[in-house]
Amino acid sequence: MEYIVIIIGAVFVNNIVLAQFLGICPYLGVSAKVSTSVGMSGAVMFVMTLATIVTFLIYNYILIPFDITYLQTISYILVVASLVQMVEIILKKVSPALYQALGIFLPLIVTNCAILGVTILAVREDYGFHLLEAVVFAIGNALGFALTIVLFAGIREHLDLMDVPKGMRGAPAALVVAGILALAFMGFANLV
Amino acid sequence: MAKKESTFLNMVLTLVIVAAAASFTLATVYNLTKEPIERAREAARQAAISMVLPEFDELQTLSFIPATGSEPLEFNLGFKNNELVGVAVATYTSMGYSGVIRAMVGFDLDGRIIDVVHLSHTETPGLGDKIEKGKSDWSDQFAGFDPSASVLRVRNDGGDVDGITAATITARAYCDAIDRAWQTFMANRETVLKEGGE
Amino acid sequence: MGQLQNFSKGFIRENPVFVLLLGLCPALGVTTSAFNGLGMGLATTFVLVSSNIVVSLIKNYIPSKVRIPSFIVVIASFVTIVDLVMEAYMPALFDSLGLFIPLIVVNCLVMGRAEAFASKNNTFSAIVDGLGMGLGFAFALTLLGGLREILGAGEFFGLSLFAGDGMLVFVLAPGAFIGLGYLVALNNIVKKKLD
Repeated sequence: MEYIVIIIGAVFVNNIVLAQFLGICPYLGVSAKVSTSVGMSGAVMFVMTLATIVTFLIYNYILIPFDITYLQTISYILVVASLVQMVEIILKKVSPALYQALGIFLPLIVTNCAILGVTILAVREDYGFHLLEAVVFAIGNALGFALTIVLFAGIREHLDLMDVPKGMRGAPAALVVAGILALAFMGFANLV
Repeated sequence: MAKKESTFLNMVLTLVIVAAAASFTLATVYNLTKEPIERAREAARQAAISMVLPEFDELQTLSFIPATGSEPLEFNLGFKNNELVGVAVATYTSMGYSGVIRAMVGFDLDGRIIDVVHLSHTETPGLGDKIEKGKSDWSDQFAGFDPSASVLRVRNDGGDVDGITAATITARAYCDAIDRAWQTFMANRETVLKEGGE
Repeated sequence: MGQLQNFSKGFIRENPVFVLLLGLCPALGVTTSAFNGLGMGLATTFVLVSSNIVVSLIKNYIPSKVRIPSFIVVIASFVTIVDLVMEAYMPALFDSLGLFIPLIVVNCLVMGRAEAFASKNNTFSAIVDGLGMGLGFAFALTLLGGLREILGAGEFFGLSLFAGDGMLVFVLAPGAFIGLGYLVALNNIVKKKLD
């Protein structure tokens, strides 16, 4: 039950993109086609879950015992960056098919603030998560990212065919559409 | 000057030096800012206490475990001329819309609320942040509120507290935090009064 | 390119937010008021200028294969410094910017300038570039924050402009996206007029 609440909260109520404003760059950058947005979502889910496990352990078993939590930002970003590199190398060797699907998105993920944001949120003391809850939290947020970016890509594919006023073409129209989506997601506010 | 070659030794050396320099700098800055950070937190705590208590010249701190929740509540007993004038309880709730809400609640000796002020929260700007004193006068309704005579719940839940439009969850959570403080205060009132020299 | 042009490009022509669409997460996340926008913009400017200086100084000593991790460490250090100093001396601003301070690390703008500009130019140009881009970012955030604060709360920098509540939606998440969308469109038009 607890886990379901965490997932629903992360996907609908505090949606990572539309309510927390994390991962906006890939949200606007790779949402032109549904197929690429699905690939990006897969890569995000993979890295977000792994990164949360690793950083959670580092935070609780290295940073806290040695009282060096001020190194959180620096150690987290290094973990995310090297993890992405490692995943890329391993995928290439182990599963060329998966690498084909996710490969080009992996380097982009290092600067995806959704990853770093979720890893930092997962150890925030007021959630008091233990490891499994943190993992569920990461998966929930990744699902939330996937849902919004795929939805958004679907809308954008139609938007390209529309007669949008000249000044609003491209990014401005996409941002306004994102705003309307955010408005729609506010309807989920009382879900949990 | 030519760029350094990307040999294994060079790469390892570079990263070690960069990381060491960074850690050293951060450790220095951390030690320099440690005390100001403590001072800023203490100042915020003191400011909150003086907002919810009548004038006092001495403070004494106790802590009690609430019936609901494991984290102890901090009781700040305010004295004026060696006489207990009120108790400021630092309380919390995890029922907020996003994360924990912390607040300071001032009680008089009978358990009536003197005033409430928020300490920290991560509620939605524009909606849930109306619990802040500077953002709206919503929390003023708690001044003089007597939880033994009225019900510390929002009207939607059958209580006597006005909700916040479009932020019922936050208002409900705030009531929960205040209620936790009041319950704990009433349960430990005898001890507190004895401590206060009565 | 003259230093003046190098400095001023960040405001309209190559504005990091309106034109390059970089650093959108903080641009949307913290701009509930003009003050928050300005605070975030200046914090980012500090990180940008400092990391540009260090990167341009060490660029010749860093083997090219480990240059990205080295830059990341440099940037992350300055971000942590901002984090600690702000908590110590500006606790109120620190509370309202919250998570977005550590996230300056992954602001593509900072990494982008380090990699694209500071690692190829001398220190002075790097400082000017960092200042121009950083202040352009601060300008965009203050503008968006001001717009949302005026329309959403009827205030500007906390000063009440008109009575009433304003259109709440502009303070909330959807207003951030919509406000930014129209500002980008406006900047497109201004840019075209300038050319």
